[in-house]
Amino acid sequence: MATMISVETVSKTYASGPAALTDVSLSIEQGEILALLGPNGAGKTTLISIICGLTTMSGGRVTVGGHDVITDYRAARRLIGLVPQEIALEPFERVQNTVRLSRGLFGLPRDDGYIEETLRKLSLWDKRAAQSLELSGGMKRRVLIAKALSHEPEVLFLDEPTAGVDVELRKDMWDIVRDLKARGVTIILTTHYIEEAEAIADRIGVINKGEILLVEETAALMKRMGQKQMVIELQAPVDAIPASLAKYDLSLGDDPCSLVYSYVTQAGRRPGITALLSDISDAGLRLRDVQTRQSSLEDIFVDLVKEPRA
Amino acid sequence: MNWWAIAAIYRFEMARTWRTIWQSVVSPVISTSLYFVVFGAAIGSRISEVEGVSYGAFIVPGLIMLSVITQSIANASFGIYFPKFIGTIYELLSAPVSFLEIVTGYVGAAATKSLMIGLIILGTAHLFVPMQIQYPLAMLAFLTLTCLSFSLFGFIIGIWARNFEQLQLIPLLIVTPLVFLGGAFYSISMLPPVWQTITLFNPVVYLISGFRWSFYGLADVALGWSLLAILGFTCLCLGAIWWIFRTGWRIKN
Repeated sequence: MATMISVETVSKTYASGPAALTDVSLSIEQGEILALLGPNGAGKTTLISIICGLTTMSGGRVTVGGHDVITDYRAARRLIGLVPQEIALEPFERVQNTVRLSRGLFGLPRDDGYIEETLRKLSLWDKRAAQSLELSGGMKRRVLIAKALSHEPEVLFLDEPTAGVDVELRKDMWDIVRDLKARGVTIILTTHYIEEAEAIADRIGVINKGEILLVEETAALMKRMGQKQMVIELQAPVDAIPASLAKYDLSLGDDPCSLVYSYVTQAGRRPGITALLSDISDAGLRLRDVQTRQSSLEDIFVDLVKEPRA
Repeated sequence: MNWWAIAAIYRFEMARTWRTIWQSVVSPVISTSLYFVVFGAAIGSRISEVEGVSYGAFIVPGLIMLSVITQSIANASFGIYFPKFIGTIYELLSAPVSFLEIVTGYVGAAATKSLMIGLIILGTAHLFVPMQIQYPLAMLAFLTLTCLSFSLFGFIIGIWARNFEQLQLIPLLIVTPLVFLGGAFYSISMLPPVWQTITLFNPVVYLISGFRWSFYGLADVALGWSLLAILGFTCLCLGAIWWIFRTGWRIKN
């Protein structure tokens, strides 16, 4: 698959403050959904702002669709749609007009048919004549998406698109994102909702203190870093781990009738479940039930931003 | 050139004018009428003709300049400051548009509105005093150039301002006094020699003088200087805006 966005050793230092980005390099493939995760102030919005032309980079190079965002900014920006983090709309302007403005800004002639189609998809058609100030927060966010899609972009940046919206709208947003991906649009979203990234992203990038800690396929990341736990429920309580089971990473569960076995599903490592169950039986413990659970992306994310890099 | 973008910005800005059309039209008509009542009738009746022109007619060009200059600055500065204030400027900065296209759209709309107001005032003045326009094309050219140059200046103020107070600061403290002291309501030949010399450092003198010349053939300074002043001011503003967009001063991080 072709590279749609290439970020090469980009750095940014604001006039007042420490470095916001330090030698960030990132490659985003055409048609993929990349979720950028990171705590507040990690540099997510700065990175997006640099790619979109809102912020001047201190060093490095960015291309979008092969076009340099500085020297060939017109061609690069034509490919990009941006949904900003903050809701920013002209309060007295009508929905349809504000979407028309966006299309015009990107050098396209007025096309009311396309705008109608976009507004309908976003359930905004009934609100087309409403002033922005009359809309709810969720509706305003939809208008921002409509504006970003008004010029049929090939790349869409969604900066915290579901921040502060209700569950129903969030699900709608996910459907919109999936639909855009099906049409071949490359999507980069930043989010605090880790389940969001887990649910819709092809790859996940974790950024913290202006540095990219990792970029990896969501499934592979879960597989590589996802720790599993097996809760072994016993028929009788135990006070301590039997000595014959000391070689296993076992701990007593919250319930006195349970043991918790932690293992890693990383490729090339055996979880040792068969041997453990056999040894438990040999130790005279009788099983009642067995459950497994996998650490979520949230756990992985917390571990990554907490631990210093190797 | 991204002509669609220029048209989109222009239409969007003009829509603001149409939304407040009565306020835009009625307000200058009322204020012009008040000026004529105060300066034309009350004070003007005690002043004899100025260089062969009745005082009421003499102040018309200055009055138009006063409104056009303040309106141009107000329209253009608000036009670009408001997107900064509410955050919608992100769209402008992330669009494939050059500084020239942005400026053309915003300043074009601001200047159009000012030009409309200038012509409305001219029409209103015509109801109060008989007057002639000796060089109508030159009058229109001066009016248009003034609208454009001060809209450019207003655009710079809109980018410079960090809050609404700053937006008002330069128009109120600098521009309005310069217009009042720039011969809007008198000929600088009426001043003592020392003040005449000092007044020549006021750039607005050249604009009003040139504009008044197009009405009555009367000028405080040579026409060439007036043209040079307005063209120089326009170039200066364009240069400043080019620098602002090149460096991202006050608009980009």
